[in-house]
Amino acid sequence: MMFSAGWVGACSRPSGAFWQEEVEVAKYLLQRFIIMIVMLAALSFIVFLTIELPPGDFADRHALELRSQGIQFTQEDLNSLRHTLGLDRPWYVRYVVWITNIVLRGNFGVSMTVHLPVTQVLGERVGLTVMLAVATIIFTYGLAIPIGIYSAIRQYSVGDYAATMIGYFGMATPSFMLALILLYISVILFNNSVGGLFSAQYAEAAWSWGKFVDLLRHLWVPALVLGLAGTAFEIRTMRATLLDEKNKLYVTAARARGLPEWKLLLKYPVRVALNPIASTIGWELTAIIAGAPLVSFVLALPDTGPLFLRALLDQDTYLSGAILLMYATLTILGTFLSDVLLAALDPRIRYGERV
Amino acid sequence: MAQITEAITVAPRPTGLPVAAVAGEAEIRYYTASQFQLMWWKFKKHRLALIGTTILGLFVIVAVFAEFLSPYGSTARTPDYLHGRPQTLHFVDAEGKFHWRPFTYALAALMDPKTFLLETREDPDNPWPVRFFVHGDKYKMWGFIEADLHLFGVAEGHLHLLGTDQLGRDILSRLFYATRTSLTIGVAGLFISFFLGLIIGGVSGFFGGGIDDAIQRFIEFIRSIPTLPLWMALAAALPREWSPQQVYFTITILLGLLGWTHLARRVRGKLLSLREEDFVVAARIAGSSDARIIARHLLPSFLSYIIVDLSISFPYMILAETSLSFIGLGLRAPVVSWGVLLQDAQNVAAIALYPWLFTPVAFVILSVMAFSFVGDGMRDAADPYSR
Repeated sequence: MMFSAGWVGACSRPSGAFWQEEVEVAKYLLQRFIIMIVMLAALSFIVFLTIELPPGDFADRHALELRSQGIQFTQEDLNSLRHTLGLDRPWYVRYVVWITNIVLRGNFGVSMTVHLPVTQVLGERVGLTVMLAVATIIFTYGLAIPIGIYSAIRQYSVGDYAATMIGYFGMATPSFMLALILLYISVILFNNSVGGLFSAQYAEAAWSWGKFVDLLRHLWVPALVLGLAGTAFEIRTMRATLLDEKNKLYVTAARARGLPEWKLLLKYPVRVALNPIASTIGWELTAIIAGAPLVSFVLALPDTGPLFLRALLDQDTYLSGAILLMYATLTILGTFLSDVLLAALDPRIRYGERV
Repeated sequence: MAQITEAITVAPRPTGLPVAAVAGEAEIRYYTASQFQLMWWKFKKHRLALIGTTILGLFVIVAVFAEFLSPYGSTARTPDYLHGRPQTLHFVDAEGKFHWRPFTYALAALMDPKTFLLETREDPDNPWPVRFFVHGDKYKMWGFIEADLHLFGVAEGHLHLLGTDQLGRDILSRLFYATRTSLTIGVAGLFISFFLGLIIGGVSGFFGGGIDDAIQRFIEFIRSIPTLPLWMALAAALPREWSPQQVYFTITILLGLLGWTHLARRVRGKLLSLREEDFVVAARIAGSSDARIIARHLLPSFLSYIIVDLSISFPYMILAETSLSFIGLGLRAPVVSWGVLLQDAQNVAAIALYPWLFTPVAFVILSVMAFSFVGDGMRDAADPYSR
């Protein structure tokens, strides 16, 4: 498999410069960091494209709005508005202005529907989305790793079959439908909705310890919904790799030397099996972020999801663009972090070998 | 099937002897079978995959004959049965007599004497027998055969086995029409993905070097974007005044752009590894032309993988369409798809009061699960090294 001959060879420290390992790690991380920056730049460009795509510009829509209210708005007014906003300049100038405003001043433009700066509209919702994503990742791996280990060790047991069946269902059901189903069950059976992130008394309250605990109490439902597909996938990956590893000779050798079974499992095959799992954190995060807006919408969470959909439907492009940029940045950051984690876990990467 | 299994597990035969001398008939059959025959035999052993195939077959039949199978048209209304609950089929009447022909009862609105709420009750004096091959709503089969024949329906009254929506339209019929839309849009998207993946992956694997590097980086980039939100943003940019047909067309293309990266990687990887395989080198030494090598050796070797990848990415197409339409960025009425139907189930109140609006979910999950079973079965069958 993927950990054959090269594995043992790469582990023995190459003789030579004393700082070899550190230099290789730094080189690797720098390379991933540069890739991340390039990707972010390319992404910002695509996001700008989606902002620019709808026909007409902000000035047109503003004029339409004013005229629909019966206010005189001549062609000259329109032109001067366009000039003030800089909309008469070519698109690449506008892109540069847009992106420098974001990077240097944290200014994402103005929401066209509520006439407020985008940052003000987003407010603490961004933090909630990040928390939701992090909670889902923790949930996914916190469940998948132990269940995967169990499934591999007790292969073909009742628990293993149950995990497989739940896995099939989890992977077949898109997260927003799972949210609908949960909502349906909670309404029909318990006459109570699972939606929202806060209890009524905390919804408008300032942040406090009590509010945080309340948030955690509500967060598991969307985390479960968003994480189920990923959990199912990771369980299968963990199970398959561990099944491959646990019958290898080095495991038998360790057992022959009298290591306790749990210690032996966790120290050798599980560590190897964690490797492909860690390398998929970036993808997991991408999948979670992709599913998040719809789940938030269905479960009526007060994070960026419903705002994103609303902004899209209203063609409030600066708002939707800002949220899209945030989603993309989150996933690219996640990919970078998973690369860092992989470097920590996999000696082959530390030694600059291509995997 | 037992013979084949035997043939597969039989011990390696001493080399040098003629095949027929030591092999049984089943073994000869196994060793002389074509690649697709082998795959079919292996596929047949995968029980879940067979179940999945059956379910998909039913879906295809529904999609093809939607007009004939559904009791009503997709926009026909029963004005006096809005948000109507599913009607039950009866075989035993009020006097306890059994009938071969199922029937439903006429419904009467009654006031509950305690709560003063209107309630619909079945009226046992007024049965509506269900008939086969009834004449009902007019339709144009596949857009050009005019007909009004439906597989089943009632001559008097109405028959809504899955209830009606807020306009009194039959949900079962709409589901059947939606199945057609959702499946065709998936297939069309798949074709676009297929060609993009084949061409881009082919270019990447064939030329190698700088072009290959650039394409691989590009694919990595695409895969690191949360595609669904991006696609939502692109779909939201479609002009509002576009006709439903234009939107349908554009959404199909958007979906097609969604799935090609996976396939492109597969094609490239296969091309790169197959180029060095002994049988390809042998063919080249034997003087085969490039075209012949591609057509006779390369294509059959990875066609099965491509088919498997396509069957695996099909659910993503369906789910993407459903998600987009669900939030109102995808297909629009009068086009009906699973996602469009699910719009009615968006809020908690609707779910609590009219749970039958929820049935499209079952269709979506069933189809996606069936596809992943079939995909699993095909993957195992296409892999010559799996047992």
